[in-house]
Amino acid sequence: MKSEKCGCSGPSRRDFLKTGVVALCGAAACGCSGGSNLLKEEEKIKLLSPDGELIEVARSQIGPAVPPVGKLEAREGIPGRKFVMVIDLAKCNNARKCITSCQKMHYSPSDVEWLQVKLMKDNDQASPYWFPKTCFHCDNPPCVKVCPVDATYKRSDGLVLIDNDRCIGCKFCMAACPYSTRVFNWTEPELSEEAKMCSYSPEASVPAQEGTVEKCDFCPDMARLGELPDCVTSCPNGVFYFGDENEDTVTNGEETVRFSQLIKDKAGYRYMEELGTKPRVYYLPPTDRIFPVERGLENVESDPLREMFKDIIDGSPTI
Amino acid sequence: MKYKIDSNQIQEDLSWISHPPSKLWWSWIIFLLLCIAIGMYALYLQIAEGHIVTGMRDNVVWGIYIANFIFFLGLSYAGAIIGAFFHLFKVPWRRPIIRISSLIAVIGAIVGPVFILLCIGRLDRLHYLFIHARIQSPIIWDVFAISTYIVAAILFLYLGVIKDFAVFRDSSELNFSRWRRKFYNLMAINYQGKEEQKIIINKTRNLLAIILVPMVVIISSILSWIFGMTLRPGWHSTIFGPYFVLAAIYSGTGAIIVAMWIFRKMYNLKKYFTDRHFVYMGVVLIILGTGYGYFTFSEYLTSWYASDKWDSELIDKLLDPEYYGVWFFISNVLGILIPIIVMVFKKLRTPGLITLASVIVLISLWIKRYLIVVPTLETTLIPIQDIRPEYLFYSPTWVEYALTLAGFASFFLFISLASRFITIIPMSELAEEGGINIY
Repeated sequence: MKSEKCGCSGPSRRDFLKTGVVALCGAAACGCSGGSNLLKEEEKIKLLSPDGELIEVARSQIGPAVPPVGKLEAREGIPGRKFVMVIDLAKCNNARKCITSCQKMHYSPSDVEWLQVKLMKDNDQASPYWFPKTCFHCDNPPCVKVCPVDATYKRSDGLVLIDNDRCIGCKFCMAACPYSTRVFNWTEPELSEEAKMCSYSPEASVPAQEGTVEKCDFCPDMARLGELPDCVTSCPNGVFYFGDENEDTVTNGEETVRFSQLIKDKAGYRYMEELGTKPRVYYLPPTDRIFPVERGLENVESDPLREMFKDIIDGSPTI
Repeated sequence: MKYKIDSNQIQEDLSWISHPPSKLWWSWIIFLLLCIAIGMYALYLQIAEGHIVTGMRDNVVWGIYIANFIFFLGLSYAGAIIGAFFHLFKVPWRRPIIRISSLIAVIGAIVGPVFILLCIGRLDRLHYLFIHARIQSPIIWDVFAISTYIVAAILFLYLGVIKDFAVFRDSSELNFSRWRRKFYNLMAINYQGKEEQKIIINKTRNLLAIILVPMVVIISSILSWIFGMTLRPGWHSTIFGPYFVLAAIYSGTGAIIVAMWIFRKMYNLKKYFTDRHFVYMGVVLIILGTGYGYFTFSEYLTSWYASDKWDSELIDKLLDPEYYGVWFFISNVLGILIPIIVMVFKKLRTPGLITLASVIVLISLWIKRYLIVVPTLETTLIPIQDIRPEYLFYSPTWVEYALTLAGFASFFLFISLASRFITIIPMSELAEEGGINIY
């Protein structure tokens, strides 16, 4: 884990990648989670920004630029890796930090959620729980099977990615995905200046393109830098564990555990195993929860949606 | 040498093809062009502003366009298989019907695929379907199936019309303008009625008919597999292949009957489309209708009885009068029972009522396609939990309705234009067989 992590490191890093200027987090990018590092007096270095301006950046914020990988490399996968995620349902209180940081990272508008938190209730007697849902990066992906142009594909490291320069927007993958993971750009996406500057790679999924499908990509560009996806690091409760099945290790940023042991000990399961899709995301059941489920309502901004969730919590409707 | 048909009677009956069209015909064409113009404006909006102008969203990613796509291809497939089947088995009353059915086959196959193009987000990348084709995808199967089929359907129609083109080229009784003579001259590809020419045409038509029958079965199934291959309730069903084949032929038979009725009225063809033709086609209609009804019953009964979670959620929506109940009733009850009632009682077996039943079949089969596409997409396996109504339920926007209207208008336009260039009755074949009295 990089200690100088700041909530905005994703966007800034990505936009600097394009121009090859070295920097991790622009000084302007601030006001974010643990910005204490920025406040310290540090040696500043003068740099030429992509706009041709001379800027001063703290030395600790600077690292080598890594160009995005090419199309062919993005199809192969990172050698020797087998990415896996574990989501601990006992810890989620719908803080929604995973969602907002993902949106920030990928410059998505606030109504586009690659990652969603659902309120689930398995039966009438069961109590409801919050259920974060990423793309499951299935080992038997229904979406990849049906793509007519090889725009969405499965890599050797287990990831299912989309090449938005290839996608023709037939939406067959969206109809085929049983988990409603994919989203479509129904109109020309409103891109920030930063997003426009990014050079596109299927590993970064930025910038968005009209008429194409996009989804959670497990941030392989971060993995190449040895970093965790933003949903993992931004979660205040350590719900998400990300790691490598080959190494048998997953981490939520705070603790690092044996993947196989975790699944065994806590009865980890894959959602809708019966569909045969073989997801790469495992869930730990919502037992011994550390928050009452109502806590999650606090972060729901829309009143009608809060009402809807309340009905699920109070009432009997099974979903 | 001039190619002439023996029967002056047939030529006289069909001589309207060389007369200038009536004012009514022109106003009909202008009306259709207007509808298409509205559709073009809608298309412009959809391209300029993106698919956001449609009612489709992330859950219901396909809507009315796909329903139209299946509908028109269904009509087309039916036209082809009925034409080919009647030809192969030398059904004695086939002649007047084969021409209409092959016309519907070609025009349906041209209009239908346009609707799938309307669903594609990046039309500028359409050629990727060929240069990056991935054989595992049912869409690629469909691309190959439909493009092969269009060629076969056009050839089958064309081979049946060559002799008539030769008549039009050479006939002194029919007054065609010069450019039309030239057109017929070109299209007749030097057919002179020689014995070996006749043999070539017959052999090729037989061969094409033999190919078309299984081809239609295969391509209708492929169309169904776009849905059947997914893990979605209501789609993932083994019955879908044969179900689509039957539904296609059922709806197309209805279309042929309606076309027969309109042309009979318009061009005074009572001699050729006799009441018996209507009754015979009505029999075809109920044979297919009962088969289709049986499949429908079997499909819904099994998923309702076993009541798997997602299936029952879907069935509940389909039966609930507040959701799709009314549409379900029209498409799965009326659309099957009415043709049976009309055909069972001898008194009701009139051309008018058989045509009316066919219209009801067509309407209910269109609704049926909508009920196949939309409710399943609204039934997601993971709850949607969204407050934006368009993400929960699909309702088509005016853009989609306008393009649908334009699609129907193009279908009618092509048929109307075609009926001015070729007679709706294969005149030379009828003459070869000895005039009108073919029974």
